[in-house]
Amino acid sequence: MFADCADPKSLEGLVWFLCYLTTGKQVLFYWSFLTVLTLMAITAPIALGFGFGGALATRSHIAPLRWLGMGYTSMVRGVPDIVFFLFVPVALDQGLEWIRHKTLCPDWTEPVRQGADFVVCAAAKLPLSSSPQSVHQVYGFVLAVVAFSIVFGAFAANVLAGAMQAVPHAQLETAEAYGMSRRQVSRRILIPQMWVYALPGLSNLWMILIKATPLLFLLGVSDIVYWARELGARKSQIYDFPHPDWRLWYFLVLLVFYLAMTRVSEVVLRRVTRRLTRGQATMAGEAMRKAGA
Amino acid sequence: MSCGQIILDYGLRSIGIGAQLLPRGEFSLCHQFTLIGSGLIWNIYFAVLALATGFFAATGLALAKSARARWLRKPAEWFIFLFRGSPLFIQFFLAYEMLVLLPRGGFDIFGMTVATSWLTKAWAGALIVLFLNTAAYSAEIFYGALMAVPKGDIEAADAYGMTGWKKFRWVIWPTMLRLAWPSYTNEAIFLFHATTLVFFSGFPSFQQKGDALYYAKFFADKTFNPFVPYPIAAFYFVLLTLSLIGLFGWVNRRLNRHLPGARPRLRIRPQIIR
Repeated sequence: MFADCADPKSLEGLVWFLCYLTTGKQVLFYWSFLTVLTLMAITAPIALGFGFGGALATRSHIAPLRWLGMGYTSMVRGVPDIVFFLFVPVALDQGLEWIRHKTLCPDWTEPVRQGADFVVCAAAKLPLSSSPQSVHQVYGFVLAVVAFSIVFGAFAANVLAGAMQAVPHAQLETAEAYGMSRRQVSRRILIPQMWVYALPGLSNLWMILIKATPLLFLLGVSDIVYWARELGARKSQIYDFPHPDWRLWYFLVLLVFYLAMTRVSEVVLRRVTRRLTRGQATMAGEAMRKAGA
Repeated sequence: MSCGQIILDYGLRSIGIGAQLLPRGEFSLCHQFTLIGSGLIWNIYFAVLALATGFFAATGLALAKSARARWLRKPAEWFIFLFRGSPLFIQFFLAYEMLVLLPRGGFDIFGMTVATSWLTKAWAGALIVLFLNTAAYSAEIFYGALMAVPKGDIEAADAYGMTGWKKFRWVIWPTMLRLAWPSYTNEAIFLFHATTLVFFSGFPSFQQKGDALYYAKFFADKTFNPFVPYPIAAFYFVLLTLSLIGLFGWVNRRLNRHLPGARPRLRIRPQIIR
């Protein structure tokens, strides 16, 4: 990056270190923080949507839909989430390839599963083997986002279903007495009121999402854990910047990053809670009213 | 090979008893059920020991956090923040890198050599991390319960002339446990689920001895079919989670047995990743 860094073997001390911190690989490490933040930014709304759908489904009057919602919300209770993180991307990948295989190569007669192999025709491969490396990376990232969204959607569905039950029942009955239909009750009374009840659970969920992001590494995405291991490993003299095993320091940086994320989220979420509690018919809302008066 | 033979060969494979090599070429349903079930030994080992030791550390930490003395309160608060604010995955990596830095040959203290190499093994190193982690999470739960102990209980204990240890042992502690138990049940379940992370983090599995998920991934990679091994692992975990809930429910009933009327039921709320 700097002209002085052209010959790293001749550098010493602080200059060496500055040059080391600005090598191409290091910059990739810095960018990978953005990958993690992007994942959180994309996953959170999608998971919330999934959760919303799941929570509404558990209250549905149509039995199969209700069972689906119940199954989805209870899916994460007994099984470690890591199982889903390992399962969903592979299952999704194979499912998509299988569908493409059936539609794109209808005259292929051999079975897709041959012993320990999963064989689809070349045109059905996802992504196509001819596509550039970046497409493969994006595809892997998208699979990760879907896996995260499904798992966190199930968590969110739990929280939101609980929040919907927490809305005082008398209010819903009053709305019905005014002649509102079920849809109207949901849209005008239930959904606007449930957020304050959902907030503690949802903020908890956000904290959990932050702490789940290192699992991206398990999904094969080049995230911060991947780069910390890669760059921290001992570099012998054949490298431009030889150094002993620095993985401990790299992981300490990650630790500080996560602690900072947690701290900032805590402060922000406390503000949001205050904002949403104002004027609510709950104990906290009442306390705020009295303090203000 | 008959299924009985497979169970003999692989039933205790995860702790190094039985067949030396993992199955090659043939991956029958019996193979998968046996080997994944064998890996479950490690999950149970980690969960039971971490919970049993972490429980006492958590009680101490909760008391320290509620202490008036600054030098006691601040370290407890920082410890809890450190372990609750960072991902367990990173904690595993960090702990492993730290333990690897210890001198290979061990320390020399007064002529005696204290070996350190065992600390880098999963059975010890990962257990320490899980212990510290569950201590921090449970301490926060216990602290909340400690703050919720009814004022009247403590005043009654004072009126009886109870002080110090006696007051804690017979009044504060039982009430704290009773209040904390539903959340503590959740914590136990999630610690149990978190044990699946051990062999995916820094700790290497020695001679392919791993936990249930390690073997499930082994089969998924070998057969390239995730639809069999992961549901098997999920099945085992659901089964064990249910027995855990049963056990903790029994304790919950015992803790609440003096209360008249409806006993608080355990509510299992999901909050898994740490």
